[in-house]
Amino acid sequence: MAMLEHPILLAMLIPLIGGLLILITGNQPNLRETVTLVTATTLFWNVFGIYQLWQAGTALELSLFDTVTGIPIAFKVEPLGMLFALIASFLWIVTSIYATGYMRGHHEKNQTRFYFFFALAIASVMGLTFSANLLTLFIFYEVLTLSTFPLVTHAGTDAARKGGRTYLGILLGTSIAFFLLALVATWAISGTLDFTAGGILPKDIPAPLVALLYGLFLFGVGKAALMPFHRWLPAAMVAPTPVSALLHAVAVVKAGVFSVLKITVYIFGIESLQSGQASQWMLYVAGATVLLASLIAMTKDNLKARLAYSTVSQLAYIVMGAALAHQLGIIGGAMHIATHAFGKITLFFAAGAIMVASHKTEISQMRGLGRAMPFTFGAMLIGCLSIIGLPPMGGTWSKWYLVMATVDTEQWIMLGILLVSSLLNIAYLLPIPVRAFYGGTTSSNPTTAIKEAPLFCLIAMGISASGCLLLFFYPQPLYELVSALFPG
Amino acid sequence: MSAPSTAITLASLATHYPALQIVLPLVAAPVVVLLRGTRLVWLIAFAVTLACLGIAVDLYTQVLQQGEIRYAMGGWAPPVGIEYRVDRFNGLMLILICAIAAVVLPFARTSVEKEVSSNRLSLFWAAWLLCFTGLLGIVITGDAFNVFVFLEVSSLATYALIACARDRRALTSAFQYLIMGTIGATFILIGIGLLYMLTGTLNMADLAQRLPAVTQARTLNAAFGFIVVGCSLKLALFPLHLWMPNAYAFAPSAVTAFIAATATKVSIYVMLRFFFTVFGAEFSFGSMPLGEVLMTLSIIAMFSGSLVAIYERNVKRMLAYSSVAQIGYITLGISLATSSGLAAGMLHLINHAVIKAGLFMTMGAVVYRLGSCRLDQLSGLGKQMPWTMAAFVAGGLSLIGVPLTTGFVSKWHLASAGFGAGLPLVPVAILASSLLAVIYVWKVIETAYLRSPLENATPVKEAPISLLIPMWIMVAANFAFGIQGTVIWQAVQQAAVQLRGGV
Repeated sequence: MAMLEHPILLAMLIPLIGGLLILITGNQPNLRETVTLVTATTLFWNVFGIYQLWQAGTALELSLFDTVTGIPIAFKVEPLGMLFALIASFLWIVTSIYATGYMRGHHEKNQTRFYFFFALAIASVMGLTFSANLLTLFIFYEVLTLSTFPLVTHAGTDAARKGGRTYLGILLGTSIAFFLLALVATWAISGTLDFTAGGILPKDIPAPLVALLYGLFLFGVGKAALMPFHRWLPAAMVAPTPVSALLHAVAVVKAGVFSVLKITVYIFGIESLQSGQASQWMLYVAGATVLLASLIAMTKDNLKARLAYSTVSQLAYIVMGAALAHQLGIIGGAMHIATHAFGKITLFFAAGAIMVASHKTEISQMRGLGRAMPFTFGAMLIGCLSIIGLPPMGGTWSKWYLVMATVDTEQWIMLGILLVSSLLNIAYLLPIPVRAFYGGTTSSNPTTAIKEAPLFCLIAMGISASGCLLLFFYPQPLYELVSALFPG
Repeated sequence: MSAPSTAITLASLATHYPALQIVLPLVAAPVVVLLRGTRLVWLIAFAVTLACLGIAVDLYTQVLQQGEIRYAMGGWAPPVGIEYRVDRFNGLMLILICAIAAVVLPFARTSVEKEVSSNRLSLFWAAWLLCFTGLLGIVITGDAFNVFVFLEVSSLATYALIACARDRRALTSAFQYLIMGTIGATFILIGIGLLYMLTGTLNMADLAQRLPAVTQARTLNAAFGFIVVGCSLKLALFPLHLWMPNAYAFAPSAVTAFIAATATKVSIYVMLRFFFTVFGAEFSFGSMPLGEVLMTLSIIAMFSGSLVAIYERNVKRMLAYSSVAQIGYITLGISLATSSGLAAGMLHLINHAVIKAGLFMTMGAVVYRLGSCRLDQLSGLGKQMPWTMAAFVAGGLSLIGVPLTTGFVSKWHLASAGFGAGLPLVPVAILASSLLAVIYVWKVIETAYLRSPLENATPVKEAPISLLIPMWIMVAANFAFGIQGTVIWQAVQQAAVQLRGGV
């Protein structure tokens, strides 16, 4: 029984138990939502406990059993995982508040199933964040894909079926064809899959092979949405907005880039990547994704689609940070996980709130809507600024470190891409809230009938938007957490 | 009767376990025909199966403790008499066959009510027991000719079992299988005959000793060729698999679940036994180009089987074509000719038996309610038969090879054996063909969960609990051995080492 009280195991068990309780309380919506909220809060409290233990210097480790001889299912607390777990569990609380308003306001069906699989997805995210070796990470990565499939296809329509097919096809396909292949190859080469500081690959393997492996890993982690394997993310937008917000702006996509960072730091080791130039070609892939996704985002009139392509672009920032194979790049990438999470979730919350309140999904229809929904669009403005990376928003810091990393590694092309992309961000994000406030009402858009979004949605947006601001003024804890990756 | 004498009888009985393993079901078959009451008939069959499972487990434990078991049938010493031998490999195989039978039997009891006419039921169970006997006999015997005899026993019984189905297409399928199966068995018989001509013995251990002296003889090459082709036919290796899809599709569902999990696997066992024990790895993979041929055919099987499965509209046929592909994985592992490759092949042999038995049972439940398992008729079934379709999802995930399932453990070891043999394209092929499995499995899942029921379809209820429990036991085994993936792996690793080391 002592093992069951292990905080890392609890981080997985709490959402699981919560999920079962959700099933049991399914026909009493108020009770069910209370269960979700209590579970989310308990989970965050538990993760925060792990954080405090970790700060106090307690080494938390847990090894369960072997599924494959020699590689146990094992967990360990380290800075990247700690960061991701804190963000995911905190934003789950916020999303639960939001979902209560959204799902009811939108009269969604099968809400119990929705909350159940949501809890299951969070449980797998927790397993993923604390994984101590690549196989454990892979296992939870796959469970996450499968547990989010019913959420993506929630509506059960033809569009949902089509979206679900793309979603599953790309995520499962890349993970089996590339990720698993690279995993077995790494096991065959180095005889271990433990996340180890400095990497586990032997120094004598030829650089082209390392480059090939690195590419297999980065494309194989389809959740990082590198082009040309990004299509699943726009496809996943058929899901209800809370799913798009927490899973497809935070948990699932960040699980992808988190895996990329972990593989870069603990499997390859940034020194060996840097010396062998093995990640150079992936740097170009990431750079191309940053630009192309931004350009595609500009062409999208559907708000969620535009946000999805913006996410593809922002994820590639983090992959770029990893592929730079430089300390500052890793720090910038990890901080971007946090700052982008708060920024993008705010934007999705706003998109959902607009849909619930006004039934509008296209950006061109939102002209002048800001006067009817000032709070929603205010939060949206904050989110946009943070994504763009303008002060006083948290996004400034992560972009700053990424820029510094390109300067330090003398990757001038990448520096150029970062700067151009920021301009593109301004071009496709900022007009949305600005036109909503200053665009004037069009005759086809009588705003008198439209009211502000449900209260629960507003609370959630308020929290996440304040998060963007707080991250600008108090980045120290975040920076300290991330820089613990590189002692000394 | 006093207590001590009971103990003595039981103890002496235990020494005859190898014989009882076969004799029990063999004797039960005519008894079943004589007793016509269906309830009693099933009970006898089930009791015999459980007893066989107990014996198999006991035999395997003995092998683990004391090494190989040799048993001279009727007290006639080999090579004159027939010898039964149990080692780590066939000990496992015996357990596999009995365990699958023990789980499928309770399922079959309910399932065949709908698919077999009631006046044939006792004959059906007799044929089932004979099939069971034959499969166990093939595995346990150490005599090459005896292998052929039991092969015919099991095959003839299987033809009858398939033909028992009410669907008239079952008759032509059974006939097709009969022709192909007989050709296969004849090839094996010719091969064994040639071996006998060369060495004058039929005992496998004896054969293994005498064959090295005659490796130059052309006859030996011919014998090898005949046996390889014969076994490949029986195990449905591409391109000799054509009998299988129809046989699986039109047989009563419980029969499909049972033979899909055991019959082809036993044929693979026979092939391995001849490759390693009789001919020896050096001859099979060194002098003969077996590795190359087997690898090529396996890879073609993996892709062609899966591709055909994608376009198949009948789910049982889809699963049958998937079996063609999955058998390709098993033979691919074997073709690597390394210890870990062989072990990985054996592992997938066991795992695939469990996966497919479970999946065919879910389709059996669907047939029980719908009377058919055409893909379009499955529309909306996720709501109507939630437990059955959830079992299909779970089993399907294992077939794809998602982590925490047996399918994943198999693929992991097959892929690492490929790297270990210095053939990085092998893992690439394994994983690439898994993607095809995603497609055909997901087609079924999508139809069941995301399509609304057909307009003219009458709503159906969930399958009865007597079908659900065995089905879920089988599916749960997928996860149990997927999570505790080292248990079977260690057992097959030792079995592989023993098999490669000769008798």
